Amino acid sequence: MKRGFTLLLLAGVFALPLSGCGEGAQVIVYKQGKYQGKPDTKPWDNDQFKGNQVAWETAIKTRNQSQNEYTRAE
Amino acid sequence: MARMKFLCDAERCIECNGCATACKQEHDVPWGVNRRRVVTLNDGVPGEKSISVACMHCSDAPCMAVCPVDCFYRTDEGVVLHDKDLCIGCGYCFYACPFGAPQFPQAGAFGLRGKMDKCTFCAGGPEKDNSPEEFAKYGRNRLAEGKLPACAEMCSTKALLGGDGDVISNIYRDRVTKRGKGSEVWGWGTAYGPPTGGKAPAQAPAPAAAPAAGAKS
Repeated sequence: MKRGFTLLLLAGVFALPLSGCGEGAQVIVYKQGKYQGKPDTKPWDNDQFKGNQVAWETAIKTRNQSQNEYTRAE
Repeated sequence: MARMKFLCDAERCIECNGCATACKQEHDVPWGVNRRRVVTLNDGVPGEKSISVACMHCSDAPCMAVCPVDCFYRTDEGVVLHDKDLCIGCGYCFYACPFGAPQFPQAGAFGLRGKMDKCTFCAGGPEKDNSPEEFAKYGRNRLAEGKLPACAEMCSTKALLGGDGDVISNIYRDRVTKRGKGSEVWGWGTAYGPPTGGKAPAQAPAPAAAPAAGAKS
């Protein structure tokens, strides 16, 4: 048990100086003409619409039509 | 669904600045940043015309083309958005935009430019919908709530229309037919015209100058 712990400790001591070698690139590599930011979700992928695209489109269409006062007054 | 577009009816705009106020209030826009503003042409002259101007979410957006870090993206609904975590505040988009939409809040002393801020069509940005992070960076995400931009919905005279391009153009066509005038939509061709592939838009040749009266041939 004690020997195993010592070996583990030694492995840790030897691995510590090498831990810096696995460091990833710190600079973003840009690809010309392609969006580089974070992905965005669809407007219907949320708690309110729960992925129901049809419900979202219906809500938007209703709002859209309410901008037409000619039809609202009829 | 077609693409989301803005349309401002100069015959109806009364320069009340309700759209600009609604935008400021809805997104808690900082002092000095104007995502939307009202521009008046021939101010004070009889027949003056006003239009409400903001990011038009162009079909072939020049800001997307010039961004050196490619932080712009277009959603499937045609809304042009950007990632503020990536923006370096270089200002190229401001020079490219024909509408002067990109705004730059002061980020420190000596007029240091912050990250670009612009109209999001009330669609937030690349953060979780309606999260505090999204509100802090991009403002409220009304589109994810099934609502249209606050500016258009708050417009008292319905001069500013926002939403599905097919629907708002139908509303406008109906309106022009009924009143019989004012069919010109400023900025519509610039924002949603056919892509030119980086070349200047084709123009009709100038008419040949008429010979001066009394000129000898």
